[in-house]
Amino acid sequence: MNLTALTIHEASDKLRRREFSSVELTAAVFERIAATDNKVRAYLTLAHNQAIEQAKSADEQLKSGTNPAPLLGIPIAVKDNFLTLGLRTTCASKILGDFIPPYNGSTVERLLSAGAVIVGKTNLDEFAMGSSAENSAFFPTHNPWNLDRIPGGSSGGSAAAVAADQCIAALGTDTGGSIRQPAACCGVVGLKPTYGRVSRYGIIAFASSMDQVGPMTKDVRDSALLLQAIAGHDPADSTSANRSVPDYSAALNGDIRGLRIGISKEYFVPGMQPLVYKAVQNAIRELGKNGAVIVDIALPYTEYAVAVYYIIATAEASSNLARYDGMRFGHRAEAKDLTDTYMISRDEGFGAEVKRRIMLGTYVLSAGYYDAYYLKAQRVRTLIKRNFEEAFNHCDVILTPTTPTTAFKIGEKTQDPLQMYLSDIFTISINLAGLPAISLPCGFDGDGMPIGLQIIGKQFDEAAVLQTAHAYEQATEWHKMKPTL
Amino acid sequence: MKLTREQVARVALLARLRLTADEASALTDQLDHILVYMDKLNQIDTANIEPFSHDLDSAHVLRPDKVTNRPNADALLANAPDRDETFFKVPKILE
Repeated sequence: MNLTALTIHEASDKLRRREFSSVELTAAVFERIAATDNKVRAYLTLAHNQAIEQAKSADEQLKSGTNPAPLLGIPIAVKDNFLTLGLRTTCASKILGDFIPPYNGSTVERLLSAGAVIVGKTNLDEFAMGSSAENSAFFPTHNPWNLDRIPGGSSGGSAAAVAADQCIAALGTDTGGSIRQPAACCGVVGLKPTYGRVSRYGIIAFASSMDQVGPMTKDVRDSALLLQAIAGHDPADSTSANRSVPDYSAALNGDIRGLRIGISKEYFVPGMQPLVYKAVQNAIRELGKNGAVIVDIALPYTEYAVAVYYIIATAEASSNLARYDGMRFGHRAEAKDLTDTYMISRDEGFGAEVKRRIMLGTYVLSAGYYDAYYLKAQRVRTLIKRNFEEAFNHCDVILTPTTPTTAFKIGEKTQDPLQMYLSDIFTISINLAGLPAISLPCGFDGDGMPIGLQIIGKQFDEAAVLQTAHAYEQATEWHKMKPTL
Repeated sequence: MKLTREQVARVALLARLRLTADEASALTDQLDHILVYMDKLNQIDTANIEPFSHDLDSAHVLRPDKVTNRPNADALLANAPDRDETFFKVPKILE
């Protein structure tokens, strides 16, 4: 049996039937990493010894039957912007040096108390800023479906690790598409929950009004299981929602008769790849055949979302990244005075894209430009949010492509930042409006690269998103396809 | 051009980022290109639209003023670029 190809729910059933132990499953994952990660390069840091200890403890709990959590004994990869106690955390930046977190973030804490095994830390664009994982200060990650292509970003390492069976599931973060776009590029399932659904405590901040943690998995059932484990109120994050968490697995009933699916022509634009268009149209037909009602809606502010996002996200980032001053942690340069210490430490520590965003964010917040850029963007953000609220008066979920094209070639867009920003065109409105959305596989292009289908829900209605995604997945076989490595 | 080299130098100082001449020149072009793109927002009339501020059910979250974290000075100081026993050691800030 190929243990590493299993999903969470398959592996959990087999662990509980004693077909293998968590230690055996964890060892198989590390063997798979050893055999494939020289090509994929999904991981920045492996936690082999800790993982085996966690697996041993899970095996004891499995034997005694004391812990019913579905994550018990399951090897999970974590993006390297989650703080992990005692385990090096870099955010794929040189400025953090060999930072060893003094505590676990809340999500990591929840995984560990559910009995999960943390395999290691996955690669990302530095500070989660990018759409290709090429902005890592260490090395780019390669797409398991074609090693010359990007895995997407910023959670490119997590997406590639799931696609390459180098873990059973992974966690990512999504500020403008950073879970969904790499999930689409690598043919896996990526869910960005509603803003506030999952605690942000202990993830390294990029844009605090949009950052959100979410699961990256091999199927929709796993997405529901992993979300269940991490969702809920956290007193340590004042923006986490104090609301009850529904039973997400219960929503996976396959019955979408009468469900209203909104389709917006703004998400089917000239210039998008014809086979992406076709795959998503086929998905709409498939859901229609299963009883969903297709409704036309209008989202006319979509074309402004990239401009709004890159003002607000960079403004927040310029403020959040002010903490990297080389005083209490991270890289410090030797210099003649304090100002130079700051300036040289930050010059040496940050990569080109991070500097570009700090500069843009500082500019749009600076005296004389604040009203014209930052405030203007926040006004348009209100319109984008209202636009979705209005649309959801007519439908239960909205269906779009996740990306206008499949994964592009490594190096193809690195010289043109604006073109890179435009690859997020279908995902960023959702962060601006704080909504939940999933990407799941819905086909392949002529080069054999996966295509992603995005399903957007109302605030805190992850259940409808998962229900729709699951119904589609039941009717198709795309999620069962595996790359050959 | 919306942006000059001088403005870029001023913003770099505000952001405490040292830029080489090449970096400053490349950034001026790139940021200018991006800011020109941002101008499309001026096509929208937002005169009577409130700016978005937060997305929370309740804006004010309070808790009792009690210490809840464990003392953890050694782990925190272990990441310091420079330290003196239980203090962070930093460059002189006053002449």
